[in-house]
This record gives sequence, C-alpha cells and structure tokens, in this order.
Amino acid sequence: MLAFILRRLVHSIVLLFALVSFVFVVGRVIGDPALIMLGTNATEAALQQVRENLGLTDPIWKQYLVFVGDLLRGDFGTSFRYGFSVLPTDLLRAEGTPVLPVVLERLPATFMLAGAALGMSFLLAIVMGCLAAMHPRSWIDHLVNVISLASVSLVQFWFGLILILLLSVHLGLFPTGGYGTWQHLILPALTLAARPLGRIAQVVRSAMLDELAKPYVVAARAKGVSETRVVFVHALKNASIPIVTITGDELSQLLTGAMLVETIFAWPGIGMLLIDSLSRRDLPMVQAGIFVVAALVVMINFLVDIAYTVINPRIALDSREIN
Amino acid sequence: MSQIVGNPTVEPAEPDDRAATTSFTDYLRALLRDKVTAVAALFLLILLVAAAGAEFLAPHDPNAANLRARFIPPLGTARDGTFYLFGTDELGRDVLSRLMHGATVSMSIGLLGAICSAIVGVSLGILAGFYRGKLEIVLMRAVDGMMALPSLLIALFILFVIGSGFANLIFIFTLLHWMIFARMARSLTLSYKEQTYVTAARAVGASDLRIILTHILPNMISPLLVLFTLEIAVLILSEASLSFLGFGVQPPRASWGLMIARGREYISSAWWLVVMPGAAIFLAALCLNLVAAWARAISDPVQRWRWLTKPSTEKDAT
Repeated sequence: MLAFILRRLVHSIVLLFALVSFVFVVGRVIGDPALIMLGTNATEAALQQVRENLGLTDPIWKQYLVFVGDLLRGDFGTSFRYGFSVLPTDLLRAEGTPVLPVVLERLPATFMLAGAALGMSFLLAIVMGCLAAMHPRSWIDHLVNVISLASVSLVQFWFGLILILLLSVHLGLFPTGGYGTWQHLILPALTLAARPLGRIAQVVRSAMLDELAKPYVVAARAKGVSETRVVFVHALKNASIPIVTITGDELSQLLTGAMLVETIFAWPGIGMLLIDSLSRRDLPMVQAGIFVVAALVVMINFLVDIAYTVINPRIALDSREIN
Repeated sequence: MSQIVGNPTVEPAEPDDRAATTSFTDYLRALLRDKVTAVAALFLLILLVAAAGAEFLAPHDPNAANLRARFIPPLGTARDGTFYLFGTDELGRDVLSRLMHGATVSMSIGLLGAICSAIVGVSLGILAGFYRGKLEIVLMRAVDGMMALPSLLIALFILFVIGSGFANLIFIFTLLHWMIFARMARSLTLSYKEQTYVTAARAVGASDLRIILTHILPNMISPLLVLFTLEIAVLILSEASLSFLGFGVQPPRASWGLMIARGREYISSAWWLVVMPGAAIFLAALCLNLVAAWARAISDPVQRWRWLTKPSTEKDAT
C-alpha cells in the first residue's frame, strides 16, 4: 500500500515536472516572452531591454535552470500589469507584484464554485442513476438517458448565458454575476454542475445495473432487506469504484470548466484571473495560474488513485503484480 | 451483455456469418427504424450540406452589414421587405447566413482536427501495440500523463503564445487529442495480434506492414469510427469555447463560439444572437453523440442483431 502511494506520488511529480518543461519550451523556445508581453507594436529597443531584464539573452539551458530553480523556490515571477496602469519596463524584476499570492488568493472562490457544483451534481446523479437502474427501460431510465446525452453535448458557457437570460433577466430571481452571497453562487454552480451530472449519472446507472444482477443482491432481497436498503446500501457500496473514478475525473474537468463559467458570471476565481491575464498578455501570471491549476488537477488524480485502494485493496495488489 | 450471450433463446436464428455480410442497405434500414438516430443523422446531413455549400446556399452575405435592418427578431421582416428566418445581429447581418458560414468553420475544424488526431494516435497506438518494448512504455506513459492534464488550459496557453488561427487550432487539437486514439488502437492491436489469422499471415511470410494494414487496421475501423464521431463533437465544443474566449477563430470569420461571444452583450434585448448559435452547437454535438451511440451498438456483434432484425420482444439490455 505504501509502495503504491509512493509510486503514484513519483508519477505525479514527474508529470508536473514535464508540464513545467513544456511551459518553458512553449513560452521561451517557441515563443518570445518579450514579444508576448509587449505585443507586436513594441519597439526593438524596448524588446531588447525586457529581454535583458528577464535574462533572456542567456543560453537556453541556463534559462531553463533559472526557470526551474525559481519555481522550486516558489518564485513564479512578478506581474508588471497587475496593479500597474503604465508599463515600467525597467522595473520588471525589481518592483512588480509577485504573482503567486495573487493566484492563491483566488483559489477559495474557485473551490467554492467547484465544490458546490460537484456536490450538487454528485448527489443528484447518484439518485438519478440508482432510480434508472432500479427501473430499466422505464420513463425515468429514458429521462436519465436524455439528460446524460444532453449534458455531454451542452456548451457550458452557453448554458450559463441561457440561465442568465431566463432566471436573471426575465424572472429576476438571481443576480447576473458577481460574488458574495449565496444567490451569487446558484447560477454559476448550476451551470458548472450540468456536465458532471449527466456523466456521473450514466456511470452510476451502468455500475448499478451490473451490481443489481449479482447473487448477493438476490440473497439480500431473499432475506427480506428492503429494496431501498438493497440499492442504496448494499449495491451502491460495491458500485462505488467506477463512481469515484468518474467523479475524480469530473472534478479535474470542473476546474478547467470553471474558467469559462467564472468569466461569464464575473466570479473572481482563478479561471477569471487566467482569462484576464491572457488578454492583458501578463505571461508570469498566466504561467503561475497554469501551474496552480495543473498541480491541483494532478493532486486530485493522485487522491483519486489513493481513494480506490481504500475502497478496493485489490487495485494496489494488481498494480504490484504488473510492475 | 453477459445475459444476452448466455441466453440462447434471444440469439438470432440465422447463423452468425450472415451478420458479417450485412449490406449497406441493411444498415440504412436499421437506421431508419430507429427514429431518434435517423432524425439525428438527417440533421447532421443537413448541417454538412449547409456547411459545405454555405457560399452558395446562404441567403445573404454573412458579412454584409445593413444598419437599417439591425436587431430584427427571428421570422421578422426588414422595412425593405427582406425576410430573415433567424433574425439579424447588431450590424444587421443575417444570422442564418452567419450560422451557415460558422458551420463551415466549426465542422471543418471538428473534422480535420479529429482526422489528424486519429492518424497520429492510431499510427502510434498500432506501433506501440505491435512492437511493444520500450516504445510502448514511453508512449503509454505519455498518453497517461497528457490525459491527466487540463487540455483546454494548455490549448489556451499555446494559442496565447503562437497566436490563434485556423491552422494553429488544428495543430493544437491534434497535439491534445491523439492520446485517446492511441490508447484504443494499442489495446485493439494487442488483442488482434494474438489471433490465429495473424499467426497464419505471418506463417505465409507476410511483412509486418502488410499484417498491420490488411489484418489489424481494418478490424478496428468500426470502434475507431465511433470514437472519431465522439471526438468531432468534443472538438466542436472546444473550438466554440476557445473562440468564445477570443483565442480561436478570429473575426470577421464567423464561428459559432464567436457569435455567442458577440451576442452576449445584447443578451437582454436580442436573445436570438446567443440562443441560435448555441443551439446549433448543442444540436450538432447531440446528434453526433446519438449517432455514435447507435454506431457503437450496431457494430457490437453481441448487440447487432437487435438493430438489424425487427424487434419483437424487448429484453433488458445493459
């Protein structure tokens, strides 16, 4: 078990390291950071100055070492746009705002949104999937099928706009965007919940169908256990492995999905910060945002892997045999 | 599924090789029998025709502004008597024509992106499955790693650096979507490789390339087609998201995602500017998903009979 966790941990770290290298290659080798930050209208002199300030004139391997070294020390660079209205090219390194605290400050809002969306879709999906599996080919089964199909085909940001149109503009039930009260949370969370709802419900349904066909269910029924108990206690527990997998998968999807939803609802999370920084051409901020989101996604995947082995110890054993 | 296999009473009466030689008309008949899928396929066909022939079929020039015909609601008529089926936008441009031209962009990005990812993924997947060894280990680690990363985020970052545009979008979609094809191609190759017909082919001296091209690849066409259809839907949705954020297709080119982004400013007064393009994306993705689900069922030898023969008794399927 411990060996399994350690191996997974090493995988996660290697993956993050690969991502760092990838961002370096795309940002430094394929693109020119000075050009990215100043735009194509900048003069050659300004570009040259930024290059010198950022150490871009050094050989590429040295830049890479500095880049990785800075990240390891938690130094993600400084933003020259955040909090500044003019561009002080010569102050780039000296007096810019460090980006990491700005990014981390946005995390709670994103967590709140993703958590609300996941909680909502998870509970509803379990109920929907179980009901569908209890009554295959009934109207409820068809309904769950239709919802699942619709939810994977749904354009998330569009769904959010439709909700705004119907519930905010026409009915005036919720604010169109912003942050603060629970009313502000409802619409973005609903928007974000739609996709995982369908996907999880689908998995719950098929996992439960498999479980309900097994002999222990017949045995439980035969000894007079109530149907609700058979479904929600006996079968659901055994169907939990695929459900945990898909939920973990959806949670990492949620973090990226939140980018669009946050933009639409002016929800001050990490996604909105990223999109804003992209349009402000604030490269250090964009990089920090990507690292934080990617690190979260990798961490979630790691935790999901650990969660499996807790639910089903056979998995750790299997993977030991393979390796 | 095991229920069906184990139950001889629901097996088709005809011998199995009959199903293997199912003709195109049999499939067409099966498609028409399934009303929902038939409608979905028909919609996709219309969409493809509209996308391919937007240049000739669109009732108006998609970029022709007409300030005297701004914000005309769907089914509305301008003062000069021109009829607009889906209304006009903030510059008086015909929404239907823009949707059709947007379809050209969305569908071609979806199709080309899926084709390129499939070519790269399937080639690598077959090589990994066929030759195994270090190549397979490295490749599959890369697949696992890349699938664990948030793809929309990485797409945004690359587009941010190299700039947006049609070709760049295709490149990025290929880069970020080949893995799923590689995974499937590898696992299929692993199982086909052990089949007797491959051993037989090798025994008569067929080269690796010949075995791959004539004995392995043709067998994976149907599962790959299902995946391909699903990927088109995924790519259309991704393209819409990227264009909506301003990193995909650039104006004046019409794209569904871009139309929603522009229409968003007028959502309280001109709902159709947001509803129409979004509905187009939704329906396109929905129909692709429906057709893929149908294709998966019909290409599954265990389930196929229930689509190709007229259903008499309904039994539970998994």
